[in-house]
Formats: sequence, structure tokens, C-alpha cells
Amino acid sequence: MAHTKTPPSVLTTANGIPLKDSLRRAERRRKLKAAGLVLPLFLFLLTTFITPILLLLYRAIENPELLEVMPRTVAAIQHWDGADIPDEAVFTALATDLRLAHKDRTVGKAGKRLNYDISGFRSLVLKTARRVSKIKNEPSSYRNAVIAIDKRWGNLRYWSAVKQAARPYTDFYLLAAVDFERDRSGNIARVPAERALYTKVFGRTFWMSMVVTLWCLLLGYPVAWMLAGLPARHGNLLMILVLLPFWTSLLVRTASWIIVLQKEGIINKVLMWTHITSDPLQLVFNRFGVYVAMVHILLPFMILPLYSVMKNIPPSLMRAAASLGANPIIAFFKVYLPQSMPGISAGCLLVFILAIGYYITPALVGGPKDQMLSYFIAFFTNNTINWGMASGLAVLLLSATVVLYVVFNRFIGIERLRIG
Amino acid sequence: MKLFRISMFKFALVVIAVGLIGGIGLPQYSDARDLTVVSWGGAYQEAQRKAYFEPFMKKTGKKVLDESYNGEMAKIRAMVEAKNVTWDVVQVESPELINACEQGLLEIIDWSRVGGKESFIPTAIMGECGVGTIVWAHVIAYDADRIKGEGPKNWADFWNVKKWPGKRALRKNAKPSLEIALLADGVPASDVYKVLSSEAGVQRAFKKLDELKPHLQWWEAGAQPPQWLASGDVVMTSAYNGRISAAIKEGRNFKIVWTGQNYAVDSWVIVKGSSNLDLAYEFIKFASQPENQAVSAAAVPYGPTNVKAVAAVDPKIAPDLPTYPANLVGSVATDADWWVDHIEELSERFNVWAAQ
Repeated sequence: MAHTKTPPSVLTTANGIPLKDSLRRAERRRKLKAAGLVLPLFLFLLTTFITPILLLLYRAIENPELLEVMPRTVAAIQHWDGADIPDEAVFTALATDLRLAHKDRTVGKAGKRLNYDISGFRSLVLKTARRVSKIKNEPSSYRNAVIAIDKRWGNLRYWSAVKQAARPYTDFYLLAAVDFERDRSGNIARVPAERALYTKVFGRTFWMSMVVTLWCLLLGYPVAWMLAGLPARHGNLLMILVLLPFWTSLLVRTASWIIVLQKEGIINKVLMWTHITSDPLQLVFNRFGVYVAMVHILLPFMILPLYSVMKNIPPSLMRAAASLGANPIIAFFKVYLPQSMPGISAGCLLVFILAIGYYITPALVGGPKDQMLSYFIAFFTNNTINWGMASGLAVLLLSATVVLYVVFNRFIGIERLRIG
Repeated sequence: MKLFRISMFKFALVVIAVGLIGGIGLPQYSDARDLTVVSWGGAYQEAQRKAYFEPFMKKTGKKVLDESYNGEMAKIRAMVEAKNVTWDVVQVESPELINACEQGLLEIIDWSRVGGKESFIPTAIMGECGVGTIVWAHVIAYDADRIKGEGPKNWADFWNVKKWPGKRALRKNAKPSLEIALLADGVPASDVYKVLSSEAGVQRAFKKLDELKPHLQWWEAGAQPPQWLASGDVVMTSAYNGRISAAIKEGRNFKIVWTGQNYAVDSWVIVKGSSNLDLAYEFIKFASQPENQAVSAAAVPYGPTNVKAVAAVDPKIAPDLPTYPANLVGSVATDADWWVDHIEELSERFNVWAAQ
């Protein structure tokens, strides 16, 4: 008897809907629900984090001032080859623009933008606008009239600055952020040594962050190890001691370091009282002070990820290593350290990334040689309201962080991170 | 468990009740925002509160909110760009004033509404957007309890580390370190900006600063110099004269050297688009009255700007003001316009120099 093979029927649910569809529908619902749960946070991040960052990046390349204030000059200068003083048409456009801008009181915007390239260009523009507005009768040559107001208008350097500023987008700020500029013929060149600042500051920012990270690791590792090994009752108490400074205002902690480390502070008093030194040591307003304060403030960010990883390393493994004949040092390096690696990398990444953006602490306890990149971003944002330059430097800092993240992900793997 | 639940319920009730009461108690939203005046904080703002804010409230019956800031123009720019202006009257330094005015962030002053230009000293008329309110100065200060006998007389003495060994403090800023360096190098006060306008002059200033560099400690906040003098961290320092006078009032034996002072004007400005424009003008006019300026000057000795206030100041206080004739000998009037042109380039160079 031949066994008749039934045709493969479609599996259905109890109410007759094909199981496949039903599953698909359930899956879709689940996804929607998940999306719905994430959506508020996503929208929040979009408006408060991603959009501002994109706007900031845009500020680093936008170049709207001259287009806005001096549209005729911008149009006229496109045909200028840069070899000689521009012709009458450009000067006429300049005079018209400046006169109108003077009336609208917008001339300062153009002046400020041009002043980034050449110091003193601002007052030149303002003065020219003022004087051009006073010209009653149409002069036979605006070229002569404008150069008569100030002979700098007969200098090619100023005109090439105008041309640079006449483009809708500029690489001026990004180049300036890495100590480069465009020379008169538009080629990229290094800025003179007395003005080259930011690559040095950037290197310093990286170096100081590395030192801080290393110290945090050296000081934090034993603490985390001890915390992980203690019974919960004592462990929690010590944990609170670690977290306590974490909950105190950053500003308060920084200010207290100034009090502790200053010339007549407690440390110097003790050192002199015990005759270790005869004169008070300079402990603050220098690199040492910055390191001390930053390590202190960032230490919890190292201890917490280390602790969370170490808590999950079974103590029996060390005992097993010992029973197999490894002495404590070998057991530590061969067994414990590799297993705590995810905590080390998470802590180091966290501390390092926080450190490269530090501002308040170096500003308060550091000297001029200890300022990091954020200090200069704040300078341009607040003092000179040159937001293009502030954005240029911010882009530099942000790219460094992204590169760091990518490299980290490549070599260590972000999925191995354990932060809390 | 049941007990817990009841208490949770009660707790929630209390929370709702408090929220409701608080909500009712809060002023309803309206367009009428109180006049907000922003200044530098600290003891100085305290003096302003007594001299201007409180009497103004009493006189007009309108509320004045006062806030403090650190001279950052960023906030003002953000307000104006977002068309959400919450500051009305702000006290600003001259270079920032000129800068912000040219960027269209401030209202153009109608001088007839603040008492006319003629009632102010000429330096108080700061371009089109600012009404000068005080003249303040960068001076040399030292502690006479630590420097016994002869003290420094000028900036050249400030550089003399043989005669007066010890650390010095200057403001961590190109302005006015470069002016000070040139004065110390023997440039007459009237020529300082002429010399600084040339590359050779800038180099000369940095070279002079080089000499003092190993002995320098830099301050940023105006409160630091008197603290450091008091703690003995530095033997002499540049400082805002008002801060030193305040410390003297508290019993410190500090001395001010007026020769070579760098003085500058702080002004009231009105943020562009302020919805309290009329009240803002009224406030500035009130704060420019001689009798009110005299009260402020008596509390913190910054020079008044109203022509008549100069006469209204207590003669005992007058010699402490930067504007006292004897104090103006050999002084430098900070050229704000020059600084707006050069601040970015020279700050950059200053930072490069300081970091070496």
C-alpha cells in the first residue's frame, strides 16, 4: 500500500489566518511598539543634540556676511583676476554697497568678517563707509576717490581678503583651526609662527587628557578591585565615598582645590611645618594643579565601569590559577587583568573623552600654558562673538572624538564595553 | 503593604495639591516682562542695587530684576537672533559695546531721552549705542604691610624684580598687558597706541613682557588680585581700582599707584528689540542722575560720568576715583576702537606667547 503524500497545507492559526501573516503582523506590531517607546527620546535628541551639532558644523563653513551686506561688490569681484588693483566697476560697487550699508547700519557685519583676515580691516571699512556717504557729487572715478580715502584700498592684500570673503562657503575657519590660511593667491599655507596656536593647543589637549586618563586608571584600578572584593555592607559604604564627590558641583570641587593648593593653603602649610620645604611650593595655576583637580573630578568615571566589570569576575578563577601553581602576580596578569579589560577600556574611553572637552577646571586652576581647546572655543563664543571660529575649533574637537571612537571600535570593539 | 499604598495615595494628593497651589500662585503669563538690568555682580552690583535699582523701583513703582554676567556678548547675540530678548539694560565694556553695536545687537541711543550728550563727560559717549556710567581703571596695587618702606611708583618699578623681589600678577589678556609693557619700557602714555599699531611696537611690548614672564602669575577674575595680595601669593599686581578700594575699606593696608593707570568706560546699553524700551530709557536716565551716581561712587569708587556728579561726590572719596585730576597724570585712556580692530590677532599672539 502506497502511502499517499498529503499536499503541504498552509499552517494557520486558530481563526484561520495563515500563521506566516499572523506572525508578520505580530512582528510589525512589536516593532511599532518599540519604535513608539524610543521615539520620544529620539525626538528629544534630535532637537537638543543632533540639530544643534549640525547647525554648529554649518557655522564653521558658512560665509554670509559679505553676500548679505555687499552684494554688488561680491558680484563685481567675481571677475577680478587678482593680478592688479580691481577696476572702476568693482570700486563703484564697493562705494554703492558701503553707502547703503552705512545707512542701514549693517556695515559693521562686513567689517567684522573682513577683520578676521586682516586686523584693522574693520575700521578701514567703517571709515570708508562713513566718508563715501559724505560724497555729494558723483566723482569722476570711484577708484581714485576710494583710494584717496585710504591708500590701503590700493593694496592687493585687502582685495584678495574681500574675494575670499565673497564666497558663499568658506574653509577659512576650518583652516584657521589647524593653523593654516589661504595666502594672497588662494593657496593653502601655514600661518606665521607667532600666530600658530591651535595645533599646539590641540596636542596639549590630547596629551593632558592622556595623562589624566592614565592617572585615573592607576589610582582607580586598585580602588575598584578592593570595592569589588568587599562584602556588600562595607562595599556600599565605600562606594558612597566614591560617589560623594560625584554629586558635588564641579565648580565647588575645583574651587576647593584652589584653596587647598594655594601658597598659604593646607598642603603648603603642612609641608613647611614638617620642614620638607622651606618655601611654599607653587602647586596651583600650573599643570600640576590641573592634573590633580581633573584626576579627582574624573576618577568616579573610571572606578564605576571598572567596578561593574570586576564584580562579575568570579573570585574562584584566581583561586583556580593559584591552585594550578601561578603565583599571585602571574595569576593577576594572566587571569584577572584580561578579564577586567572591558572595564579598563570603557573607563579610559569615558575619562579621555570627557577630559578633552574640559573647560572650567583648567580655566580656574591652570596657567596660560595649561588651557585646553575648549578655553579657546569659549573665548571666540563669548568674548569676540566670532562663532565661525568657535565652530571651526569645535569641529576639530568633535572630529577627534569621532576618530577616537572609530579607532576604539575597530581595535577593541564597542560591544565589549561595559559602562554601568 | 496596604499601609504603604495609602501613604502613596496621600503622597500623590499632596503633590497634586502643592502643584495646584503653586500654579495658582505663579504670575499668569503676560507680555509685560519686568525690566531686567544686567551688571557685573559682586560688591559692585550690590552698590548699584542701593544707588539705582531700589530707588528706581520706589520712584516708578515698576519692578526691576537684576542679573549678573561676565561680559559675554554671546547671550545677547543669541537673544537678538532668536528674537526672544529677556535682558533690557546691560552694563558692558567699551570694545564689546562697539562690536555689538556694529553687529546690530543694540539699540541706537536717543540722547535726548537720557538727558542730552552735554550732561556727560566726553569719554562717556561711547559711539551710538552706549551711555557711559562709570570710569574704572587698571592700577598697580601692593600690600604696604609686606612692602615696607619705599613702594613701586610706576610700571617700570613693577618690572624691577631686584628691588622688589617676588611674584607679580597681571590680567591674562592682551588688553592691557601690551599697553602696560610699553609704559614700563618708557613709552609715553600718549604714544602707546601709536607704537602698538606697528609690528615693531607689538614686538617691543612682547619683548618687555618676556623680561617679567618668569615672575608673573595671571589673573582672570577681578576678585583674584586682592585675594592674592592678601594671601601673599604676589607682591604686587595690576587690579581694578574698585576692588582694591573695597579691600582697603575692609581693613587691608593696600596701596594704589595711579601713575600709568589704564582707564576705560563701562556703559549702559539697551538690547535690540527690548520690549521695555521706554522703561529702559527711563532707567538709564535715572542711573545717570548726578545724585544717584554719587551714591554708587561712594560705595565703590569708580568715576561717575555725569558732569554734575563729579561735583556731587563726597570730597573725601574724590581722590580714590580714576577721574580725580591728580590720578590722571600719565594715564592711558584705553582705546576701545583700536582694540576692536586688533583684539583677535593680538589675543592669538598673546596666547601663543603665554603658552611658550
